[in-house]
Amino acid sequence: MIQILVHDKKDTVGVIVIEGVKAGQELTGWVMEDDSTIKVKALNDVPIGHKVALKDIGNGETVIKYGFDIGKAVAPIKKGEHAHVHNMKTKRW
Amino acid sequence: MINSKTTFQGYRRENGRVGIRNHVLILPVDDLSNAAAEAVANNVKGALAIPHPYGRLQFGADLDLHFRTLIGAGSNPNVAAVVVICIEEQWAKRVVDGIAKTGKPVTGFGIELHGDHNTILRASKVAKEYVQWASELQRVECPVRDLWVSCKCGESDTTSGCGSNPTVGNAFDKLEPLGVTLCFGETTEITGGENIVSDRCATPQVREKWMQMFNRYQEVIDRHKTSDLMDSQPTKGNIAGGLTTIEEKALGNIQKIGKKCKVIGVLDKAESPTGPGLWFMDSSSAAAEMVTLLAAAGYAVHFFPTGQGNVIGNPILPVIKLTANPRTARTMSEHVDLDVSGLLQRQKTMDQCGDELLEVMLRTCNGRLTCAEALGHREFVLTRLYESA
Repeated sequence: MIQILVHDKKDTVGVIVIEGVKAGQELTGWVMEDDSTIKVKALNDVPIGHKVALKDIGNGETVIKYGFDIGKAVAPIKKGEHAHVHNMKTKRW
Repeated sequence: MINSKTTFQGYRRENGRVGIRNHVLILPVDDLSNAAAEAVANNVKGALAIPHPYGRLQFGADLDLHFRTLIGAGSNPNVAAVVVICIEEQWAKRVVDGIAKTGKPVTGFGIELHGDHNTILRASKVAKEYVQWASELQRVECPVRDLWVSCKCGESDTTSGCGSNPTVGNAFDKLEPLGVTLCFGETTEITGGENIVSDRCATPQVREKWMQMFNRYQEVIDRHKTSDLMDSQPTKGNIAGGLTTIEEKALGNIQKIGKKCKVIGVLDKAESPTGPGLWFMDSSSAAAEMVTLLAAAGYAVHFFPTGQGNVIGNPILPVIKLTANPRTARTMSEHVDLDVSGLLQRQKTMDQCGDELLEVMLRTCNGRLTCAEALGHREFVLTRLYESA
């Protein structure tokens, strides 16, 4: 069972693809680019479609998904933590 | 597996274009003519009115776009014949003359000096003749290269970028070498992925035109914005679905153009392409607005990937919906033509899902109604450029 989908090896966040992920749950991630597998422990309850950090991300650091810049952290994000509008922001507009 | 020998059963129109539906449209030119248009469609079974709120006191480029969209809608090959109704007869004639260039039957009526009753009577008589005439038109075997296929996604979430959008991209990569005419757009929703699209432009001229369109739309946003557009772009639905920034949304969005297709040209809103291949249309990312512009440009079938479950349809252009979100596939199944959520569990490959989408496309072209058609979704939404005079 895959719980996290990761597009690119360089990505620092992955997408939860099952419903009902709970804090403390051990998650298996599939990295599509090279078909490899990773393990991450969820630090929060995370809804389907939302992201978790795959490594510690510092405040102000660029967040990578699809191998590209998708914005910046506006608070420190720990590995396994829910990464969304409360701790990330666009660099545009 | 689709190839150059693949065919479908379509309606070949007077100008050679091929449609997959056979509508008789009752087309109001302005808001005032909606009541008469809807009355005609009530009187004549099989006639389809497409009411809308605009058409009065528009001017300049905004007026040009209004006429281009209405004439384009009537000219779409999914339309067999058109009855045009306008408060002013002269402007009905302008739309009639535009549609008549396709060679299809079209008649216009002005309400002034007649009133609604007399207009409805005269227009209903013509609409009845058109419907009976159209009902005898036969589908004929057509090569797949005769298809014009458009795409636009909506209520996207992260599963769109993982699954449903790349499924469309896989299908586009298979259709492009067969000579199919393709289109994508959503100018501002490429913010963050503009360099990727730029790299896919076939020539420096196309690249330059694309960047001009992109930069122009960025200036519109910079001029009018009061915030960083959170809750508008991405939308509240996008954010609920896990998308955090416009850049993330954009990188998911452009999965729809596949891995190989080159962008061969850039179109203005509702402008028709002039040859096969993948075109970019400058457009809003609002679903009904853009699908209406694509219908007006002449596209015959549409791929609409969704994450959280956008329910859009169009009166002229059949909208095929697909989702990779298993929750949406379960809770909104009546809106989903193709469920590709198996992709996210490695139960299916992208190639399999692309083939499944092409099979749904061919069935739709052969006459199967899409979910949106069966549910009566007919969102016909005109794009406005600025205020009326």
